[in-house]
Amino acid sequence: MRFELMYESFFKIIKGIPLTLEVVFLSTILGLFFAIIVALMRVSKNKFISNPAYYFIYGIRGTPLLLQLYFIYYGIGQFSVVRESFLWVLFKEPYFCGILTLTLSTAAYSAEIIRGGMQSVGPGYIEAGSSLGMSKMLRLRKIILPITIRQALPAYGNEIILMVKASSLISIVTLMEITGIARTIISKTYAPVEIFIVAGSIYLLINFIVTRLIKFAENRLNQGQA
Amino acid sequence: MRIFKFFTTLLITLSLSSFALAGDWSKIRIGTEGAYEPWNYTNAAGELVGAEIDLARDLCARMNADCEFVQQDWDGIIPALTNGKYDAIMAGMSITEERMKTISFSSAYMTEPARMSTVKGSPLTTLSTAKNLNLDDDSGATKGTIGTLNAALKGLRIGVTAATIHEDFANTHLSSAELKIYPTQDEMNLDLSAGRIDAALSDIGTIEAYMGTPSGANVAFFGPNIFGGLLGEGVGAGIRQEDSDLKAMFDKAIAEAAADGTIGRISTQYFGKDLAP
Repeated sequence: MRFELMYESFFKIIKGIPLTLEVVFLSTILGLFFAIIVALMRVSKNKFISNPAYYFIYGIRGTPLLLQLYFIYYGIGQFSVVRESFLWVLFKEPYFCGILTLTLSTAAYSAEIIRGGMQSVGPGYIEAGSSLGMSKMLRLRKIILPITIRQALPAYGNEIILMVKASSLISIVTLMEITGIARTIISKTYAPVEIFIVAGSIYLLINFIVTRLIKFAENRLNQGQA
Repeated sequence: MRIFKFFTTLLITLSLSSFALAGDWSKIRIGTEGAYEPWNYTNAAGELVGAEIDLARDLCARMNADCEFVQQDWDGIIPALTNGKYDAIMAGMSITEERMKTISFSSAYMTEPARMSTVKGSPLTTLSTAKNLNLDDDSGATKGTIGTLNAALKGLRIGVTAATIHEDFANTHLSSAELKIYPTQDEMNLDLSAGRIDAALSDIGTIEAYMGTPSGANVAFFGPNIFGGLLGEGVGAGIRQEDSDLKAMFDKAIAEAAADGTIGRISTQYFGKDLAP
């Protein structure tokens, strides 16, 4: 074990933390926004609204993330129609492709988590709201969403942890985040064990903090609950 | 069950590695990448083909050994050799001082300069430089050519594949450009054609092979032929440092194959020119 190398590499690899956090943060926020829309569509009684949401979730969850990234990054660039349009300004950038892929992925998984949470809201709560003369939007805001968030938070915390780990995939499209830098160092030093231990420890630390934050949020939301 | 599996694997690995250390080379495992046309690549049928695959079969026959190919991603190709996943690397790998710190090499079996490429119509195609850039030559001409390249590439995105002599060259000499590092040549080729990078640096033969494909039809060379110095002394077979007996076997077989014209024939078939050292 080359401890000196691990020490030196640590300071190189931590330079990738901002990019990892940035990508995870942006795609999680954007993904959550889409997930709420998709989940609302999914629970709709209208087939024309719920079916597209169903197929979106099915398609994204049923295919590997790596393949989706290859498709968005290398696949879309193959069409000259895209390359000659304004879209190319976006798709040309690996950063955009990485965030788009991760956003779509988390949107699909989170939509299912949110749907589960929404459907766990007892009919009695909704009836109580209606009997007080609450509108549909008001019931969504004051009754359904708060209960959903409380129900879905443990599963959603899991999803954020998965996102931190999934972000390592974007290193294959030339983005130098934690894994990307680690791989570059390995290819020069031929010391995969040492470098992967360092990179893995950094992910552990990030996810430790994420877990704590979610636990904190769960405790806050469950105050006053039996 | 899983623990049982783990120990079985461990046992098999241990017995295999002791088997390899015994110096019995009737069976040689060759590690290659399979993504570096025409050196070594995977054809439409999923088979490993290429100049080095043909050469490896020829060398193995000369060494009276059965050869088995193992495919391995480029960025882990040296660790996998030192860990004993295979016994020799034949993957278009140039012999460099940097790599010699970790592994040893057979004598070179082929040699080819590197060159930059871009897309047709790029202003870079009109760049005029000396025809050759020999990094072993310390004269002002070398510095001048590197200066011209840097001026032309200022602020542009240059692609190289990770852990190659080309990455070393770009890191050392092309400081004015922004480097984009790819895991494989194929992925870099796609981005070059798509315009995500302004230029790429690689071996000449592999870009020529790409130019022959429909998606590579818009690619053109520019700048000098680059060789010598940190670009190494040609392509050789990577071998673990302790396996000096295997290195001697490779050296002898390569010398024979070069002398009887086999290397010239194979390289002409794949590269359209004789790359024998």
